[in-house]
Amino acid sequence: MRYEAPTTTKEAAKLLAKEKGAAHLLAGGTDLLVRMKGGFIEPDLVVDIKRIPATQSIQKTASGFTIGAGVSCASVGRDKGLGKAWPGVVEAAMLIGSDQIQGRCTMAGNLCNASPAADSVPAMVAARAKAVVVGPKGKRTVPVEKIVTGPGATSLKKGELVEAIKLPKPEARSGDAYLRFIPRTEMDIAVCSAGVNLTLGAGGVVKKARVALGAVAPTVVLVPAAARAIVGTKLDDAALEKLAKTCEAACNPIDDKRGTVEFRTQVAGVLAKRAAKIAYQRAGGK
Amino acid sequence: MSGVHVSTTVNGDAVEFVCPAGETLLDVLRDRLGLTGAKEGCGTGDCGACSVTIDGQLVCSCLVLGAEAQGREIGTVEGLARDGELHPLQEQFISHAALQCGICTPGFLVASKALLDNNPNPSEEEIRYALAGNLCRCTGYDKIVRAVGAAAKDLAREAKKTKAKTKKRK
Ligand SMILES: Cc1cc2nc3c(=O)[nH]c(=O)nc-3n(C[C@H](O)[C@H](O)[C@H](O)COP(=O)(O)OP(=O)(O)OC[C@H]3O[C@@H](n4cnc5c(N)ncnc54)[C@H](O)[C@@H]3O)c2cc1C
Ligand code: FES
Ligand code: FES
Repeated sequence: MRYEAPTTTKEAAKLLAKEKGAAHLLAGGTDLLVRMKGGFIEPDLVVDIKRIPATQSIQKTASGFTIGAGVSCASVGRDKGLGKAWPGVVEAAMLIGSDQIQGRCTMAGNLCNASPAADSVPAMVAARAKAVVVGPKGKRTVPVEKIVTGPGATSLKKGELVEAIKLPKPEARSGDAYLRFIPRTEMDIAVCSAGVNLTLGAGGVVKKARVALGAVAPTVVLVPAAARAIVGTKLDDAALEKLAKTCEAACNPIDDKRGTVEFRTQVAGVLAKRAAKIAYQRAGGK
Repeated sequence: MSGVHVSTTVNGDAVEFVCPAGETLLDVLRDRLGLTGAKEGCGTGDCGACSVTIDGQLVCSCLVLGAEAQGREIGTVEGLARDGELHPLQEQFISHAALQCGICTPGFLVASKALLDNNPNPSEEEIRYALAGNLCRCTGYDKIVRAVGAAAKDLAREAKKTKAKTKKRK
């Protein structure tokens, strides 16, 4: 195995593109090294992106935030501006692993690892996050929900990598939240999870909504029907009940030691309701 | 495997080593540099026995490649004691009997130091959250949590004394 640490994204893309053997990108390594050591992958080349300046910072721009693909979730958690604008996304990123894991893991790595239970992904999808993808053919910006195509599979082509995650500037009177269920309080994989992002109109009526669920299908799912269930309401009990039911209908989970199909489906609806209430309050609704 | 030549700093000392590209920082520390404080409990990021800091940030060295250490500052448990004097955390771990077999202890010490560097006065809950990535199969955690709380008080007392001294000199 060879190790390369290029200093530009273009160079990283080139290294990945021209490698004839198995080439793997290294961000925080909290998934990659576990898989290498477990013998699940045998890289011929590992390309470390942490020496690329473009991947190392969080930029606040007129249109929102650009979070470099090498930025650790611990750094995401320390960024006050980001926490104020997208508290749900930041909470989700900070749920990943322990303090030790936080020091290394990245949101882009969480996305590209393509686990259905990746914690930051439902929150990013709800927040309309986009991935800046760089490859041999140049740069493209892709909605986060278009990156993952199945467990462990992405739409990235050979030579392509995510340089950064973009979050839009939050709209006025909007708020987001993310909740997951695990059997303990720390250090476990989501049994199911929900991310909600709301914008309020006049009189505290929900004007726009995005609801995304984690760990209840092969990929994180965006549930437009759940959004429709609460748009035009003030999140009264009937609207919340409809939100839960539409979420349940969108679930297609597996049975495993962490949770049964029934449990995951029901709890996903409950979490969506609770996350919606938090997002509503954060948006200034009462 | 081709070797990677790495220049880095470990506990303030300049260090150079050559390692295979796939070798972890934990293996480099233990097998090449003779720093056997960090332990391999699991090798998968779950137990924290391999905790070290990179540029002040707490990480699991079992999930870091040795090659990544180039130009960084690594901190290990061996750097905690200064001039033959144990760190207040080490003193309090001893007086609270916060260790039995000791396998987890270096990781707990490094993680606790990282906590107190960022939050000098943590609540019990904050200590428990900060140490959630460190597993101990012997002590039941309670003594560890108390030892960290006591060390925080010791450090605060020390800081106050140093402050008073510098004031007097002025
Ligand atoms: C003890 C432990 C606890 C964990 N707890 C959680 C948890 O609570 N919730 C959770 O969601 N996850 C958890 N994880 C999984 C992991 O930490 C996260 O998925 C993390 O966000 C991965 O980020 P990384 O930067 O470390 O990725 P890496 O390991 O560096 O990469 C992951 C994968 O994505 C690819 N990749 C990385 N960056 C890019 C990029 N920019 N462009 C293209 N491909 C890329 C890599 O090639 C690799 O295949 C845990 C892992 C451990 C070891
Ligand atoms: S050995 Fe690294 S976390 Fe267990
Ligand atoms: S003292 Fe034995 S594992 Fe902690």
